[in-house]
Amino acid sequence: MELKTKVIAEDGKQDLVITREFDLPVELLFRAHADPGIIEQWMSNPYATAKVMKFEGKKHGSYQFESTDAEGKVVFRSNGVIHEFDLNKKIIRTFELENAHFGVQLEVYEFEPLTGNTSKLNMHVIYESVALRDQLLKLPFAQGLNIAHNRLQEILNTLK
Amino acid sequence: MNLRRDVFQAIADPTRRAILLLVASQTMTAGAIAANFDTARPTVSKHLQILTECKLLEQEQNGREIYYHINAKEMKEVGDFIEPFRQMWDDRFNKLESIMKNYKST
Repeated sequence: MELKTKVIAEDGKQDLVITREFDLPVELLFRAHADPGIIEQWMSNPYATAKVMKFEGKKHGSYQFESTDAEGKVVFRSNGVIHEFDLNKKIIRTFELENAHFGVQLEVYEFEPLTGNTSKLNMHVIYESVALRDQLLKLPFAQGLNIAHNRLQEILNTLK
Repeated sequence: MNLRRDVFQAIADPTRRAILLLVASQTMTAGAIAANFDTARPTVSKHLQILTECKLLEQEQNGREIYYHINAKEMKEVGDFIEPFRQMWDDRFNKLESIMKNYKST
């Protein structure tokens, strides 16, 4: 099955582009990025619950997210400042994973209407260096294995 | 129809990732692997078949038993690639889309 999300990460560059078309009007696509209660829903997964600690959707605003595991332990925190918040059009913000030594990245989100009921998100992410970008790209695989490992542990526990 | 298997499709499934983790530490028979899951044995066999077709696992016949072991070279290539990153965002965006469809009528 073809993934709807495209990632363009050219060799030796310190940025990447993520694009995705949605079966949603652009207003709802934007709202999913601007409403804390909704952000929490789609950023959460069965193994980590995302919580929006702070979110000021405006120029010069800032935000902070927190993810906790099933036992309520904090898995990670992230934060950033908002540079541009243009309703249904554009968000520019910084993003930093706290205590992770990955630096600060600049994220440009462009919300593009396609038809009345479909839209496209163009995300441009700029990292501090090529090395940091490549390191972060490898992270989800490590996390995926980690999640699988935890799940495996749960299964093994039920068999005890 | 015989679909061409893709290694990234293989690791997208949590059960298959768990199988890889299990076999990473030791060579195991299909029965021993299946014993670790609640899933029905034929389902585990199907996962093993997919992982073998993608060359993430290798089979070795030893007497009547077939043993499975991990193909370290292929696993490394998966880890080096950006596909898991794309998969992560795709999962997130799929969720975003299904959540926002509930807001459509309001």
